[in-house]
Amino acid sequence: MNEETQLASAPQLIRLFSGNAVELRPSGAWIAANAGALEALTDAAALELRQSASLRINMAGVAEIDTLGAWLLEKLTRQMTSRDRHVDVVGVSEKDEGLIAEIREVNRSVPLAVERPGLVADKLEHVGRAAWKAAEDIAVFLQMLGALCSALLSVFRRPRSLRLTSLTYQLYKVGWQAIPIVLLITFLIGAIIAQQGFFHFRKFGADSYVVDMVGILVVRELGVLIVAIMVAGRSGSAYTAELGSMKMREEIDALSTMGIDPISVLVLPRILALVCALPILTFFGSMAALYGGGLVAWLYGNMSPPIFIERLHDAISVTHFEVGMIKAPFMALVIGIVACSEGLRVKGSAESLGRQTTTSVVKSIFLVIVLDGLFAVFFASIGM
Amino acid sequence: MDKAAPRVAIRVTDLVVGFGRRVVIDHLSLDVVQGEILGLVGASGSGKSVLMRSIIGLLPPQGGTIEVMGTPIGSASDRRTRAIAGRWGILFQRGALFSSLTARQNVQFPLREALTISDRLLDEIANAKLEMVGLSAEDGDKFPAELSGGMTKRVALARALALDPAIVFLDEPTSGLDPISAGDFDALIKTLQKTLGLTVFMVTHDLASLNTVCDRIAALADGRIAALGTMHDVLRSEHPWVRAYFRGKRSLMLQPKGS
Repeated sequence: MNEETQLASAPQLIRLFSGNAVELRPSGAWIAANAGALEALTDAAALELRQSASLRINMAGVAEIDTLGAWLLEKLTRQMTSRDRHVDVVGVSEKDEGLIAEIREVNRSVPLAVERPGLVADKLEHVGRAAWKAAEDIAVFLQMLGALCSALLSVFRRPRSLRLTSLTYQLYKVGWQAIPIVLLITFLIGAIIAQQGFFHFRKFGADSYVVDMVGILVVRELGVLIVAIMVAGRSGSAYTAELGSMKMREEIDALSTMGIDPISVLVLPRILALVCALPILTFFGSMAALYGGGLVAWLYGNMSPPIFIERLHDAISVTHFEVGMIKAPFMALVIGIVACSEGLRVKGSAESLGRQTTTSVVKSIFLVIVLDGLFAVFFASIGM
Repeated sequence: MDKAAPRVAIRVTDLVVGFGRRVVIDHLSLDVVQGEILGLVGASGSGKSVLMRSIIGLLPPQGGTIEVMGTPIGSASDRRTRAIAGRWGILFQRGALFSSLTARQNVQFPLREALTISDRLLDEIANAKLEMVGLSAEDGDKFPAELSGGMTKRVALARALALDPAIVFLDEPTSGLDPISAGDFDALIKTLQKTLGLTVFMVTHDLASLNTVCDRIAALADGRIAALGTMHDVLRSEHPWVRAYFRGKRSLMLQPKGS
């Protein structure tokens, strides 16, 4: 019994030839579940139909049929009618008539052929589009900078229009809450640099210069760079995602229609918070890195803390410290502008939100490093 | 075997669903007959979506049983529930199209996962489905973000119908559409139901589509079915909420002329 029903449900396509006329007798279940078998059956039949003059499809044996099965049979009839051959479809059960009629109407329009450009043209187009996009990126950055300045000016004119609650909240989020992770990472970086310094400098007896290296490197360059990169990853991405999802849910449009400038409500407090927080984080980060270096000097390099502090005192000056700290707010500005403008560029889809967040982090880290390089050139030329 | 007796597509028996202490569905029983369009109405927050989500296995019931095509439904991770998932299609309220895929790829997705067929056939079937729901093959290349509300619903319906399911669940299919598009969509559902022999379980607030499309109407109130039957039967129900819903100002068009 069970075997019998299974046999009945397996799809079959019996082909009967009489002269040039072909009769097809599909039977069993012509449904999507048997798609693989059905496609093989109709493909084989299609090959044989090339020679025949007329086709007759007898559907009496079909137990079940759905869109897929009906479409495969329809394809066979179209193959014949396109060559002006006669096709007869008989034995369609009453309940399937509607479906067969519906399928007869679909896929009639021939899709417009899309002109494929050549390989070279394609590459050229790609380069052109990339260049255009780079120019657009710069324009977006400058636009945001301008909007930010004008928002800041209006705050100076009417100090009460500054969103103090929002600013405090953002400061708490990007400043206070970031302190533990920043301290931990910079501490480790300082310790690693000191350990490497001792390990390699010991070979030519230059142990004591490790302190100079750690001190100058951390205070001038690494402290601010590491902290900026971490803030770009931690807070920059959060800014982009927040503003992006607000954009997606039309919250930003809602703000604009109420006559409120989204830049002064959403963007300005975020960027100001970042500009305030990054120098503070840089200071704490540099101290943690020096502490890590000192600890390694004591435990690994056999240099007692008083000596370490003494040498550090000689090695670094306030100038070094200033060079590091001056850079921090500018880096914060770059991170904030990139993060916010990428957030506002999010389009409707979730994919766009993800893409813009990635772009924001990658771009702000890149710009932070470029900026650090420019500052290095600048400080070298003014002799700091 | 029992061709004479109407076959049951969905059988809900004594269902209890709740969140924490709050009971949303309270000992509810409901049968959906194969080949009918059942419209489910209820006040906002009365548990219509909860009922639908428990039938499709997204919410675990606290008590009672649900059978779809004779298979009991557990949680969505249950193997048996997943196996039956190939036999139903679901149109979510906001379409729930995958935003990283084009409309055509969205329709192809269930086909690609369930079947092993050539890419050419996949394209042809997807185009056929798009045309059946009233879109053109060119619309298939658009991404969900580029589609209008009505088109999104149509693509979502095409995706729900991709595997020629026996049952289609529609969650507020006409909400957010203008009356003309809503009317078109109603007609589309009716046509597809006839040609494909679907069973349709439709959650809706649209009085017009309840009136024109649904074979039977179930009114959900206080976690139970307050009224069940054709529009004619439901209009005569004495349940206070059902009266307010079907005899309120907005439902004057349902009233028989002259009464």
